[in-house]
Amino acid sequence: MSGFIPVRVTDIRQVTPVIREVSLQSLGTALPKFSAGSHIQVLLPNGKRNAYSLLSDPLDTRHYRIAVRHQENSRGGSRYVHEQLQVGDELRIAPPANLFPLHNEAHLHILLAAGIGITPFMPYCTELLRRGAPFELHYAYRNCISDAYVAQLRDLLGERLHCYDSPQRRLDLKHVLSNRPLGSHVYACGPQRLLDDLHQQAASLGWSDSRIHSEAFSAAQSGQPFSVQLLRSRQQLNVSADQSLLEALEAAGVEVPNLCRGGVCGQCQTGYLQGDVEHRDHFLSPDEKAASLMPCVSRGCGQPLLLDL
Amino acid sequence: MSLTFKPVGSYHQDFSFRNSEEAIQRFPFPFPEDQYMYSVNLEPATSRNPGSIFEHCFDIDEHYRSEMVERNRVLERDPRRCLVMPHMQTAAWDTLAMLMEHLSQDYPQWFALSRDGDQWQWQNHALGIDQRFTYGDADTLPCEPLEYIGRQVQGDFALLDQREGDLFMDAGIVTCPADWSLAFDAGMSFKQWHSPVPMAHQMGVFDRALKYLVNIQVGQPVRRLNWTLTINPRLDTSPETFHEWGSDRASITPGNVGSLVHLRVELQVMARLPRSNALMFSIRTYLISMDELVTQPAWAQRLHRVLRDLPDAIADYKGMTLYRQTLVDWLSQFDSQA
Repeated sequence: MSGFIPVRVTDIRQVTPVIREVSLQSLGTALPKFSAGSHIQVLLPNGKRNAYSLLSDPLDTRHYRIAVRHQENSRGGSRYVHEQLQVGDELRIAPPANLFPLHNEAHLHILLAAGIGITPFMPYCTELLRRGAPFELHYAYRNCISDAYVAQLRDLLGERLHCYDSPQRRLDLKHVLSNRPLGSHVYACGPQRLLDDLHQQAASLGWSDSRIHSEAFSAAQSGQPFSVQLLRSRQQLNVSADQSLLEALEAAGVEVPNLCRGGVCGQCQTGYLQGDVEHRDHFLSPDEKAASLMPCVSRGCGQPLLLDL
Repeated sequence: MSLTFKPVGSYHQDFSFRNSEEAIQRFPFPFPEDQYMYSVNLEPATSRNPGSIFEHCFDIDEHYRSEMVERNRVLERDPRRCLVMPHMQTAAWDTLAMLMEHLSQDYPQWFALSRDGDQWQWQNHALGIDQRFTYGDADTLPCEPLEYIGRQVQGDFALLDQREGDLFMDAGIVTCPADWSLAFDAGMSFKQWHSPVPMAHQMGVFDRALKYLVNIQVGQPVRRLNWTLTINPRLDTSPETFHEWGSDRASITPGNVGSLVHLRVELQVMARLPRSNALMFSIRTYLISMDELVTQPAWAQRLHRVLRDLPDAIADYKGMTLYRQTLVDWLSQFDSQA
């Protein structure tokens, strides 16, 4: 992937005890324009590279803002942002890409956020307000832990905002999805469990899949170390416990197209000729898994891997 | 290479359009082999070969003034050649920004753009335009933004909304189509507007192309060449005006084939529009008469073989069945092995 953009950290804000907001400014010309729902990849000095939703106003090309939740089982990305990143630090980012765009023909936009899943909906709200489009935001969080931007959203959205302070008040998907007008679209960002529940509930209420849009905030998880052989470049690589296979390939100078780095978009699909794979993606069909893997999240196990790279 | 414009030539009635020697040299001859078949011939639209049509994302050439006169003529007759559905307004402004940014950067002697926030000034020295406007406010332009910029850039533009993993033709400015209609295709999905193309659906070409196109990212445009044949240097071969040009196909004789039959090549560039997430599909058309083309012996020989062996279904779709044999016979004189 070409065209990384050098940026400087201009502000760091602790939004909740577990969520930090980071503001980034270009070191060169203005930052690229983007559409609501876009994310950027951030290359951290410790070699970790994660994707984060942009939460700033899409019209603002002077700054980008992202928010990072401290992950208990961090492989080093979120921990670095929370413990080491400083104002003034210089980083590189990949240009914005959008895997979670607004549906331009929706008559009503129903947004469902859980915890840090609020981030893509910040520019959604800005954009939908600017368009004067009908929408509502349903936001589930834990008070004083993952309740980022609640006060700000209340001021901005008024009655459009519906808060679910778990566990006192739970998000009732059946209630949210029932008796909606034709042309309604629902967008969800949160843990996989929420997305699974949403698809199940929506299906039972007769929603078509084309009106359901979701983004999991998935990222690579640690695992056992393993080694891989590359068929075409004749290299042998060792992947450490908290490194993804994709990161190991990049460290060895092998570039694989990629966007989400979370096993969702399908860009980094790579063929393998032998070995055992622990598949962790949400993209490949069972048939495809026999010969392909997603190196952004999936790992080798058992018999050593031979990749078609 | 300095760019100069020819005096205005016409693409209708007296058809005074001609290519200069330089224009023939840079004509995008589209056949890499002696035979042609559909393929997903997409490549990254990176700058290459200075002076060629691949140097800049949006190529401006010696026919600029002629083509802009033609654009105005067609739009005056049929304003529906420019169409922007309400949800495509952002994409129209995206297009204006992208074109102004590229043209002012690539051809600074002809175009200049200065910006202060949303206060923009656009200067087009080729057409004597100096326009101040507020970006995003169509009332500050003489007309709607896609039409405004479309009247100043060669080639057609379709703006495709992306949703549900598909592309929809929901906006565009199209005055030089190779026998397709924006008004007819408006609102259609990718496979719907390609449904008349023979063979390619069964080959899976459109499945693969769509998958590729929906993944195009901001700043990483791709391009391909497409081709057909046209009688006379007529840019506007649209279904709306078929009664004016359809019968030309029956007029080809061994005596006039060299001057009347033109190879028509489209440089198609597909670029992600950053604010709207729409896909811009630009179609830049190049015309060359057979007499001009055969000044390049390698092209003449190859075109003979391609047209001679072209599957009938493709020849029929491209509208050349009536005069194909006359043309192939005439081209055979340039093929040493014929």
